[in-house]
Amino acid sequence: MSAIPETMELVFQYPESLTKKNTHYCPGCTHGVIHRLVAEVLDELGVRGQTIGVAPVGCSVLAYYYFNMDFVEAPHGRAPAMATGIKRVNPDKIVFTYQGDGDLAAIGTNEIIHAAHRGELITTIFVNNAIYGMTGGQMAPTTLPGQKTTSSPFGRDPRIAGMPVHISEIMAAIPGVVYATRQSALDLPGINKTRKAIKRAFMAQQQGLGFSIVEVLSTCPTNWNLDPWAAMQWAKENMIPQFPLGDTRVSDEVAALKV
Amino acid sequence: MAKELLKGNEAFAEAAIRYGLEAYFGYPITPQSEALEHLARRMLEENRVFIQAESELGAINMVYGAACCGVRTMTSTSGPGFSLMEEGLSYIAGSDVPAVVVNMQRGGPGLGNIQPSQSDYFLMVKSAGHGDFHPIVLAPASVQEIIDMMGLAFDLAEKYRTLVLIAGDGSLGQMMESAELPPMQPFPYPRPEWAVSGAVGREPHIITSLDLSPEGLERMNLNLQAKLAEIQKHEIRWKEYETEDAEVLLVAYGTTGRICLSVMREARKQGLKVGLFRPQTLWPFPSARLNELAGQVRVMLAAEMNAGQMVEDVRLAVAGKVPVHFYGRLGGIVPLADEILAEVKKL
Ligand SMILES: Cc1ncc(C[n+]2csc(CCOP(=O)(O)OP(=O)(O)O)c2C)c(N)n1
Ligand code: SF4
Repeated sequence: MSAIPETMELVFQYPESLTKKNTHYCPGCTHGVIHRLVAEVLDELGVRGQTIGVAPVGCSVLAYYYFNMDFVEAPHGRAPAMATGIKRVNPDKIVFTYQGDGDLAAIGTNEIIHAAHRGELITTIFVNNAIYGMTGGQMAPTTLPGQKTTSSPFGRDPRIAGMPVHISEIMAAIPGVVYATRQSALDLPGINKTRKAIKRAFMAQQQGLGFSIVEVLSTCPTNWNLDPWAAMQWAKENMIPQFPLGDTRVSDEVAALKV
Repeated sequence: MAKELLKGNEAFAEAAIRYGLEAYFGYPITPQSEALEHLARRMLEENRVFIQAESELGAINMVYGAACCGVRTMTSTSGPGFSLMEEGLSYIAGSDVPAVVVNMQRGGPGLGNIQPSQSDYFLMVKSAGHGDFHPIVLAPASVQEIIDMMGLAFDLAEKYRTLVLIAGDGSLGQMMESAELPPMQPFPYPRPEWAVSGAVGREPHIITSLDLSPEGLERMNLNLQAKLAEIQKHEIRWKEYETEDAEVLLVAYGTTGRICLSVMREARKQGLKVGLFRPQTLWPFPSARLNELAGQVRVMLAAEMNAGQMVEDVRLAVAGKVPVHFYGRLGGIVPLADEILAEVKKL
């Protein structure tokens, strides 16, 4: 980077924790935003070189191309189990999983719930876009009642498919969890809060306090059949009422962290 | 070290510790639970990692995670658990990381029962998960051999960055006999360069089984096949007994191989020229040596605790040179030496 004049202050730059590769994410997809937030936090905590990431199966399966750090790629839903194996043999490393709602809230519920219950010293970034992005827009456990997807063509009918799964509320009931929160990447204030939540979650891990998870309400304009702007609005109007924002569990020690 | 009276399951668990096992992840299932119980106590005593996982899916993926860090790691299970693990086994194979899995086979299909069986031969040797790969499959026939094979399994897994299975069965896990454990090896084993360990002063290490381009994935598969070809060249193991003048050749592995040793001895006493061929690696299979022996014996008899699985590999190996007969018992029944001897006499 070229030197900046002494009279100027550097206020924004490319995070070291990201590679310079162009992502494959669709225009308006918030996966890229959330990657950046994680990267900024890891930079800020100065732990890039101590971090091992676990990628899911889903649109972010190639997250390891974009994060500039050691990474492994898990079977669908099993990231928390892999992260458990990694962290237990590397207690001094920072280990995180990055998972979508199909990955975490459907096929991987067993792994996430038990990793949380054991209080694994890992952090999970949970991207909730109310749909299966990668496989072409099928219904996810988080799909809203009435929401049309390729596998709920008449809209999700709770009598057939049940109601959306609320992961942050489930996490709130688990003693091993020290921090569970639901945030959004749908506008600037939301993004700023998400960044802070991610930082708190990684700090909780750094301090060895317990399992931490940040759910981020996200968009999938492609499979929602909306343009990027309309997708943001749709998510704010429909997802937030179903998935209320805010912390669902904060231990006293986590609350005391200076973020 | 002196010989001790040891139970199969506890023996391989303790051997694993002595050979440097750093992290064990498992889920209880008969007939291997004594191994998990032994490790639950001993791993903690040794300040190493033990987790009773939420399922075999959890266990194998924890093994996968630890394997990506290059440590000596393993799990143990039996048929129903092995079925669940196949997802993880395929990923382990697809990403070239070393791991060891012990399968103490029991009667199937379904829940079956908890008696000894060899009915997972196809599962382990031919289809340990989706995609094109073979694990190395070791087949011990005694408590001593399972102890020795534990060390071999870790060495081979690391040498080839591959999956190694130990194909035991319920009787091997439950039997007690005198055997010698190895001394405690230096611990921990140094971690290999390729592992994930935090990218300080180097490019990031990525461990994945994914390659979206067909050309890339074909290359990855060809590399995997080249590795398997190396294994086939160097790691075939078997034991032969009285094959020099044999007219009838028994072919059997594991517990059945051991029973066939008694069959052979009794047959010899009765003046029958019977020999025994006992594969110690089920993959790679000792086909070339069997083919040579086919030029010398009159007939072969494969004995297994299943409906006829390994016998297919014996037939492939001898390529029609001699008739290959089969004798098997199912459902967890261990064949008696007399039954097999009666079959020999019919040939
Ligand atoms: C065992 C298994 N079952 C199914 C699939 C197919 N699959 C790939 S991604 C995916 C869903 C991903 O959705 P989500 O986790 O919501 O992530 P997104 O793509 O929306 O980011 C499915 C079902 C798979 N790869 N493996
Ligand atoms: S399909 Fe949806 S989740 Fe996947 S990259 Fe495109 S917008 Fe994002």
